Amino acid sequence: MKSIILIAGSRLLVALMTVFAVYMLLRGHNQPGGGFIGGLLAAVGFVIYAIACGTEGARQALRFRPTDIAAVGLGFALFAGVMAAFFSDDFFTGQWLFINATPQDKGIPLSSVLVFDVGVFLVVFGSVLSIVFALEEEV
Amino acid sequence: MSGAIVQFLDDRANYVASSSSSHGWVTPAGIIPVIIAGALFVWLVQALPVIADGSSLRYVWPWVPTLGVNVSFLIDGLSLMFGLLITGIGALVMLYSAKYLAGHPQQARFSLLLTSFMLAMLGLVMADNLLSLFVFWELTTITSYLLIGFNHDSAKSRRSALQALLVTGVGGLALLAAIILIGTVAGTFELSEIRAMPGVLTQSTLYLPILILVLLAAFTKSAQMPFHFWLPNAMAAPTPVSAYLHSATMVKAGIYLMARTHSSLSGTDVWLWTLTIAGAATMVFASVIALRQTDLKQALAYTTLMALGALTLLLANDSGYAITAAVTFLMVHSFYKASLFLVVGILDHQTGTRETTKLFGLGRTMPVTATAAVLAGLSMAGIPPFLGFIAKELSYAGSLEVASSAMFVAGAFLVASALMFAIGGIVGFRPFFSKAGPRMEGIKEAKWPMLVGPLLLAFLGAGFGIFPGLLEVYLVDPTVAAILGEPGLAKPLHLWAGFNLPLALSVATFVIGYAIYAFATPLRALLVRLGDRSPSFDNGWDTLLAGVLAGAKWQTRVIQTGQLRFYIMVTFITTLVALAGTMVFRQAVTLPVAWSPVGLTDWLVFGLVLVGTGLTIVTQSRITAIAGLGVVGIGIALIFVLYSAPDVAITQLLVETLIVVLFAAAALRLPRLGAEPLNERWLDAVVAIGLGVSVSLILLMSTAGPIDRSLTDFFEASSYPDAFGQNIVNVILVDFRALDTFGEIAVVLVAAIGIFALLRSKPEKDEA
Repeated sequence: MKSIILIAGSRLLVALMTVFAVYMLLRGHNQPGGGFIGGLLAAVGFVIYAIACGTEGARQALRFRPTDIAAVGLGFALFAGVMAAFFSDDFFTGQWLFINATPQDKGIPLSSVLVFDVGVFLVVFGSVLSIVFALEEEV
Repeated sequence: MSGAIVQFLDDRANYVASSSSSHGWVTPAGIIPVIIAGALFVWLVQALPVIADGSSLRYVWPWVPTLGVNVSFLIDGLSLMFGLLITGIGALVMLYSAKYLAGHPQQARFSLLLTSFMLAMLGLVMADNLLSLFVFWELTTITSYLLIGFNHDSAKSRRSALQALLVTGVGGLALLAAIILIGTVAGTFELSEIRAMPGVLTQSTLYLPILILVLLAAFTKSAQMPFHFWLPNAMAAPTPVSAYLHSATMVKAGIYLMARTHSSLSGTDVWLWTLTIAGAATMVFASVIALRQTDLKQALAYTTLMALGALTLLLANDSGYAITAAVTFLMVHSFYKASLFLVVGILDHQTGTRETTKLFGLGRTMPVTATAAVLAGLSMAGIPPFLGFIAKELSYAGSLEVASSAMFVAGAFLVASALMFAIGGIVGFRPFFSKAGPRMEGIKEAKWPMLVGPLLLAFLGAGFGIFPGLLEVYLVDPTVAAILGEPGLAKPLHLWAGFNLPLALSVATFVIGYAIYAFATPLRALLVRLGDRSPSFDNGWDTLLAGVLAGAKWQTRVIQTGQLRFYIMVTFITTLVALAGTMVFRQAVTLPVAWSPVGLTDWLVFGLVLVGTGLTIVTQSRITAIAGLGVVGIGIALIFVLYSAPDVAITQLLVETLIVVLFAAAALRLPRLGAEPLNERWLDAVVAIGLGVSVSLILLMSTAGPIDRSLTDFFEASSYPDAFGQNIVNVILVDFRALDTFGEIAVVLVAAIGIFALLRSKPEKDEA
């Protein structure tokens, strides 16, 4: 299935979807979204790319092996849980840091919860892609 | 027979490897274990006075406090005695193996395994919490498996290792079940607390199951009949392992378990007779078979079985004599048996053979080894003034006052002790001083690291025999008190207890024993002829394994058709029968009276789902069917949107998209759907409609009742103040229930790796 239009379109689409996926990930704590949805969105983007350009091209565009990405994601999630130990809290207690906070405004919130969600994002993204790529290369 | 040759060649290979680098045994892999074991030994020694005073030390770290699981250690007489044997003999054996395996390419692996085993065994005897005891118990099983299979390029080693693992593994499972039952009955997993409640287990209705399971664990681990066959096979391990695990320590774990639970489980007829019969059978059977062996290591393996049987037999009782005898015998057996195993290892290492028919006249060239062997052999034969004599006297005294049958028990001891006398001579005396065969020439004495262990252990047997008071005060008395649960019941250790029946029995032992020693060769020939005709437990084991494998194959053939449609059909029918059956038999169907109004959008979405379903059923093109399913999925996503669950809706949409893409990729390569007429798919229709109706009814009924909103209220109230998030779904996922999510993403990753591996591994043509 070689189609110039599809290839050109998918290149644009994969970038847009990845950006959108990150946006969904970051806003997830307060609005619909989050790591799981973000990871699926990004994965769908790369699946379209793989259909258009072949899995070889998609793997090159990804640069890392999808299983590695997923494993790193699990490490992120675990790290987010262990982080609580440095503050003498129980496993997976959320740790928050508010940069430039004023009494009216919380400033820029950074948290171990976000690290955990990034981990979820990477696991879902990596796992889905490793399954899809393996299936596409099999048939 | 061919197995023995393979084993011999393996050991020979080790020997060549080690002799090629005869210098330089002081390597980290050789020395670090010795230091660890020695340090632990010294630490335990300084606890001796405290324990001898009658107190005990307890260390507790909570692990899962809500379930009553602690990592707790208790040092009392029993655990201290075992701990000293484990670390003391451990240090000597590790020093020995530093030289025995010097230059072996996998010496580091060996040291790691042996040290891990030692720590696991130490944890096992010190553990006060039954669940931590179980963990250590299993760790000894696993390390023992790896050590028996150390020469893993030999098929015999692998088989022996697997056999030991499976037999003791069954015991481990039984132990776990027993522990759970004990925890249910007693309300605690702490052994010290259970011992403080006398009769809590013996008077419980669950006593019999608990006893059977505990004894199953103890008998498999300590190789009692009919589970004894794995122990002689475990001699496939390198000799230091046999000396350490399969004579002095691990096989005594079952004995330890029986001693540890003695005060809580003993005193009933079942305990008395089970242990008496199993112990006596093992003891007599093993000592007779021991005489049959020509391989010194095998002979020692069977005498170890005999010792384990004797200990079981003594533990059947709760008289002071019997328990004192058990404790003394356990210690002296560890001394002389470890020493003799190490001597056999030296002979093997220096001469390359372990056959009694070849080893003669080594006394002059190997004087130190000969000294150790003779001293240990005399202790094993039970000759005064060795500790073995005292243990034998006590055993006779104990067997004369048993509650079962003094005649039977004392008779069994007489037979076994006489055979021990003969085998003590065959192993400890004959290779060095007998003139029955040609002398071996050109054999050198072993280096000192290999001599320290056997010599020291042999001297201990002599020294404690002459001065038994030290042993009595510091080890025997506290141990007996720990086993029986109250102090002051231990009997004194005397070399000379006066003219009494035990002494007469001892004299009879020496006479019969010497006769057996003198006629060992014709007796062996007779036993070999008899043995060839009787059924073998080892072959029975093979038959059992083959049966299990055949059963598994049959079951797989019947259940696993390999057709996805079959699996789905079975799953759906099972679900349908369970759901519909419950609803019908419980007469649970009550339809809600009030229906909420259904708007135009609802009808439209409903229509969309219906069209998608119809399309999927009617079409004969796979792509169309998949697209139809996609329509159904999107309809469901729309329902989520309508009822304001945007997160779920987005996820549903994305998953639907992915599924369609994936199916489409596969469907392009699949043949068209067969034109199966609708009227031949009636079973599909029945199952599908039935399942749909059942699930719909359940949904209607569950929404009709009042919904418990307490969780929802909690999350609504605390989501923003506590977790700084307004999207409750996400806050639950990543904060309140982060551990669950972590488990789920771990599953996602494992599933991905599994699928990846399945797709990438090409099946072998010849296996398919």
